[in-house]
Amino acid sequence: MKIHEYQAKEILREYGVPTPRGFPAFSVMDAVENAQRLGGDTWVVKAQIHAGGRGKAGGVKVARSGGELERFAGEMLGMHLVTPQTGEEGRIVRRLLIEEGAQIAAEYYAGIVVDRGSQRVVLIASREGGTEIEEVARDAPEKIHKVAIDPGKGLLRQDAADVARKIGIPESAVDAAGEFFMALYRAFVEKDAMLLEVNPMILDRSGRLLALDAKINFDDNALYRHPEILALRDLDEEDPAEIEASRFGLSYISLDGNIGCLVNGAGLAMATMDIVKLYGASPANFLDVGGGATVEKVTEAFKLMLANPKVEVILVNIFGGIMKCDVIAQGIVEAARQVALNVPLVVRLEGTHVELGKKILAESGLPIISANTMMDAAKMAVDAAKGH
Amino acid sequence: MSILVDRNTRVMTQGMTGKTGMFHTVQCKNYANGANCFVAGVTPGKGGQHFEGIPVFDTVKEAKHSTGATVSVIYVPPPFAAAAILEAVEAELDLVICITEGIPVHDMINVRYQMEGRRTLLIGPNCPGIITPDEIKIGIMPGHIHKKGRIGVVSRSGTLTYEAVGQLMEVGLGQSSCVGIGGDPVSGLKHVDVMKRFNEDPETDAVIMVGEIGGNDEEICAKWIRDNMQKPVVGFVAGLTAPKNKRMGHAGAIISGGEGGAEEKLAVMEECGIRVTRNPSEIGRLLKSVL
Repeated sequence: MKIHEYQAKEILREYGVPTPRGFPAFSVMDAVENAQRLGGDTWVVKAQIHAGGRGKAGGVKVARSGGELERFAGEMLGMHLVTPQTGEEGRIVRRLLIEEGAQIAAEYYAGIVVDRGSQRVVLIASREGGTEIEEVARDAPEKIHKVAIDPGKGLLRQDAADVARKIGIPESAVDAAGEFFMALYRAFVEKDAMLLEVNPMILDRSGRLLALDAKINFDDNALYRHPEILALRDLDEEDPAEIEASRFGLSYISLDGNIGCLVNGAGLAMATMDIVKLYGASPANFLDVGGGATVEKVTEAFKLMLANPKVEVILVNIFGGIMKCDVIAQGIVEAARQVALNVPLVVRLEGTHVELGKKILAESGLPIISANTMMDAAKMAVDAAKGH
Repeated sequence: MSILVDRNTRVMTQGMTGKTGMFHTVQCKNYANGANCFVAGVTPGKGGQHFEGIPVFDTVKEAKHSTGATVSVIYVPPPFAAAAILEAVEAELDLVICITEGIPVHDMINVRYQMEGRRTLLIGPNCPGIITPDEIKIGIMPGHIHKKGRIGVVSRSGTLTYEAVGQLMEVGLGQSSCVGIGGDPVSGLKHVDVMKRFNEDPETDAVIMVGEIGGNDEEICAKWIRDNMQKPVVGFVAGLTAPKNKRMGHAGAIISGGEGGAEEKLAVMEECGIRVTRNPSEIGRLLKSVL
């Protein structure tokens, strides 16, 4: 799960990470009030969306007067912010963060991730703050420093200070940087984060370290023990179809193509998307109905796919293990009864109770194109899309 | 022969008396030599009871001492699964197979840390389990699609493994063992760990390796194969069309930080001498062609 920058900074402050002072704003009036609460004569107006790359796209502006602040806030709220991470359609800005301005002397990168290679939590830091860490990793890997953290001991003061020195933090700020990294690690572990980035972490002209930006992604599997994190979820930032799917325990991702795919199992679902592409069309979605799907879940899955106007064909690919083919077949019949099935439907069933599943479909009278293998199913779906 | 488990393996089921545990215990017990293999269940507070004639114990230690079981399979719900794995490690079992999906990643980091220097091997979590056809099935895969043979299968995915097995059967090839290592980012045995065992198994002639996006386990395994493997390996990686930064179902199936793309994995596998296909319906035929 993702959260907004202002929410991430609130969490970091709880752990003692220094950040600029700031407050969220949902309206121009909020923005003006926040600026008054902050005082001073320079404020930063930051669009709050769940995607990076906001600065270059016009989602971060420095206001040097009350008039400017009001204007920037007015322009930003409601705008379609398009960044390299949002896709072409962009995101509507509904929230702002109004912060006191900072005097930047130096910028760094600090990140914490779950590292699959070491199967541990790793602190990553670099003197190249403010740019994408992937770019630094590609262009100047020697500027990236990492520490794999012993889960029993946590991030040691010595290791944290070493990293601070390696990225060029001045000796006068090394202790503070060590504390900074250790606080990030504590927040990361206690809040069940998967990714935490402070980019940039800055040294201001008075020698203070600050988290100028903050991003935290959480482990969905651990949200059951973090109601305080779940409360930060912003449904406006999520795809409506994906929200609807999650209500029914379906794993669904919207894509750009015209072939709706309903599959059991994440690996087979990806492979089905791949084979659709291989035969010259594009998948409209990733959809894993899971191992314990019921007739109701399958019905909801059909409704989701049919609600997408781009879908010209539906391809069902099931290898029944625990999931029984007759349950899928009943779900298809039920879905066709509840919603108008106005696109061709290609079904490939294999595995547990396959004969019963095929019989149910055959007796339903539905115009189903039946396939015996994954390859046939993909070819038939692509052909049907061309003819549609 | 086979790898990791065979008809003589004795298994306890942690979480046997839950809905999932009961269902799959019956399936496993009814498969091949299962009635002799599945000898104990563990559910705290239910010691002394029986299910399907299998005695239930309060702890893994008691189950081990009373029945001689050295392998455990876990269906315990996610909030308690990490503790269940650690209990099995503490009892010094040989192998733990954790089927449970949805365990918090920080719990698994702790599990891996606690397992360092211990004798117990872990498969999973979030995996279908392991089957040595016509001998023993430990997990949730459909037994009837398999038959005994000389092809090894290792995969991060469940149903895609069944698909690969189905294709093997179409070309008339059975399997020595099929291992689902699971779709989570922090887990037990990796592709390379299973591959080493297939390499050493005299009854495995060739191996299918099914990967998916995320991490670099496939690359590590590919390099090991290049330098050590004595048998042909064919591979497929799911997720060529997956968008970046989106979790495709499995917690571990995500392309992030410029790492884990399917095309990159396939390229490394090819460089290392593995025959790969970009067509998931060609896995079985490709394997047959390298024999």
